[in-house]
Amino acid sequence: MDPKPQDHQSPSSTPSELRQVLVLRPPPVFAVHEQDFSSKFHILKAYDSPLPTHDFLQAHAQSVKAVLCSGIGPITAEVIHNLPALELVVTASTGVNHIDMAECRRRGITVTNTGDVFSDDVADAAVGLLIDVMRRITSGDRFVRSGRWATSGEYTLGSKLACKRVGIVGLGNIGSRVATRLKAMGCLVSYTSRQEKHTTPFTFYPNILQLAFNSDALVICCALTNETRHIINNKVMMALGKKGIIVNIARGAIINEVELVKCLVEGEIGGAGLDVFENEPNVPKELFELDNVVLLPHRTAFTQESFYNAAQILIGNLEAFFTNKPLLTLVANEF
Amino acid sequence: MQGAYAINKLKQDSSHKEKMADDLPNVLLLGTPSVFKAYEREFSEKYHFLKPGESSIPLHQFLSTHAGSVKAAFCSASSRVTTDVLQSLPELRFIMNSSVGVDHIDLHECKRRGVKVANAGPIFSEDVADAAVGLLIDVLRRISAANRFVKAELWHQNGDYQLGHKLGGKRVGIVGMGSIGLDVAKRLNAFGCIISYTSRNEKPHVKFPFCPNIQELAAKSEILVICCALTDQTRHMIDKSVVLALGRDGIIVNIARGAIINEKDLVECLLQQEIAGVGLDVFENEPDVPEELLELDNVVMTPHHAVMTDESLRDVYELVVRNLDAFFSNKPLMFEVTRV
Repeated sequence: MDPKPQDHQSPSSTPSELRQVLVLRPPPVFAVHEQDFSSKFHILKAYDSPLPTHDFLQAHAQSVKAVLCSGIGPITAEVIHNLPALELVVTASTGVNHIDMAECRRRGITVTNTGDVFSDDVADAAVGLLIDVMRRITSGDRFVRSGRWATSGEYTLGSKLACKRVGIVGLGNIGSRVATRLKAMGCLVSYTSRQEKHTTPFTFYPNILQLAFNSDALVICCALTNETRHIINNKVMMALGKKGIIVNIARGAIINEVELVKCLVEGEIGGAGLDVFENEPNVPKELFELDNVVLLPHRTAFTQESFYNAAQILIGNLEAFFTNKPLLTLVANEF
Repeated sequence: MQGAYAINKLKQDSSHKEKMADDLPNVLLLGTPSVFKAYEREFSEKYHFLKPGESSIPLHQFLSTHAGSVKAAFCSASSRVTTDVLQSLPELRFIMNSSVGVDHIDLHECKRRGVKVANAGPIFSEDVADAAVGLLIDVLRRISAANRFVKAELWHQNGDYQLGHKLGGKRVGIVGMGSIGLDVAKRLNAFGCIISYTSRNEKPHVKFPFCPNIQELAAKSEILVICCALTDQTRHMIDKSVVLALGRDGIIVNIARGAIINEKDLVECLLQQEIAGVGLDVFENEPDVPEELLELDNVVMTPHHAVMTDESLRDVYELVVRNLDAFFSNKPLMFEVTRV
């Protein structure tokens, strides 16, 4: 039962027409749990309108105070200019790279994200991708499905995880969880980060090049910022070496994708597990034929449990905003 | 870490003397151990291998003709060391098995004849445990299926959001708490899983809850990881009733031996959606895999390669050499199999 904008009656004390939440493009979490949102808030669906976004905002969103977004519907400076009453951006993601944070700060607009609700799942999948590439699980599955096991029997050896040096790029909520899992598997964990974390037992390297030089694998767990864009480049991959593995569950643009493809195709690194790409859903076709590359469609956060928890956080933040209570997962705006 | 410990011990203990070709001890090679293929040159510098596999005459004839005085054999899981085979080897006193599993060796007959058997001990445990965890995450999070989806260029189509399942908090039942089972338990514990196990006997040094039988374990678990040996008791232990007890959301990972699971029952349960998914490194009749599995997206299959890493193969090579040397110089063996 899809509530129409004019008809909807909210069960809460504040009429839902006043609890307007703009959605430019539906985040996956919103799409799966839409009923829960619609029963509490008046959702303005720009994506359902025949009007171009700019026109829709001009016509319908001039008094909107809150917007719910994710990476597929960026909150650019232009969008913000078209929302003169905007006070809150709620993103259904951990990352905020799709939001013009400088403009938000200038306008005094608050931003909330999903906190660490996805961190466990993303960390599990990051480790799963690393095991997959090193131990050739997807590759083995392909080998069996193709019928070659019965006919040729030959198979390439994988690489042991224990005692391998794994460098974690960014030791935040996700990176620290990846670290503890890999430690339990006998890996030697080190990291680089904006600042050294003195409470962790892992070895710190002050820059990515040194980390790569001293690692057998890199797991990218940091945010995408101006500083981290293309931080993984040809030089870093050469330092990692021909047997080196890269796992990226963070943001595609942290890696120079053109250089990554070249290194993989030419065998300058040993393999990659990638959940994210510079220009999703476009994936470089050269990667499709490579046996040592595993590709996911940006879904390491996609579990039923995480989606439910994320929906609660999004709804919780919106409720808090509309009832003047403290927000749950405020993102500190350092811009 | 057991692998590293074993390596260090081997390096301390072993002393390889160079021998003239004539003086090389005879070792019978049964089957095709992967480690033999990988290190054939090194092996052949130390021992003279009798290779029935390279002869055109039948095995028994080869053995009676050429192996009557052989004292040591090096075998893999691909060759059955039966009563008949043992009877053709009256002087045999030692079998070095390259795998952990010894279900292909007639241990009763070996004991009766005073033939010592050694296996790979805990050398593969870490690698096998890592592979088990990798298979489990793959099934739970649909990694291989998603990889196929991307490479088939289907990502452009916005479809339903194929949600996977969280690993943390899941109740995992480990079947068999030997060194592999324990390594799996430690890893999944670090991922936030709730671990229980069943085993022939309760293990006092293991802190996880013990279940006296497989039915009970399945009933209280969402995931089963099979880590036990294949014996008469465990053959087809995982059957339809166990799968039904596990439930429709259940997942099974098998890195032990295919025949521990009733494969026909498993396929039926998968087709009827009585189980959510499986990760299998082993099958009842390798390298044959039930055709029905090839069509399923919730199944991940690897070609019995959970032990196959460069490092493990090197570790096994060093163990085999260590044990053959020890046997020929009357020194104690590592990882002797004492249960029958």
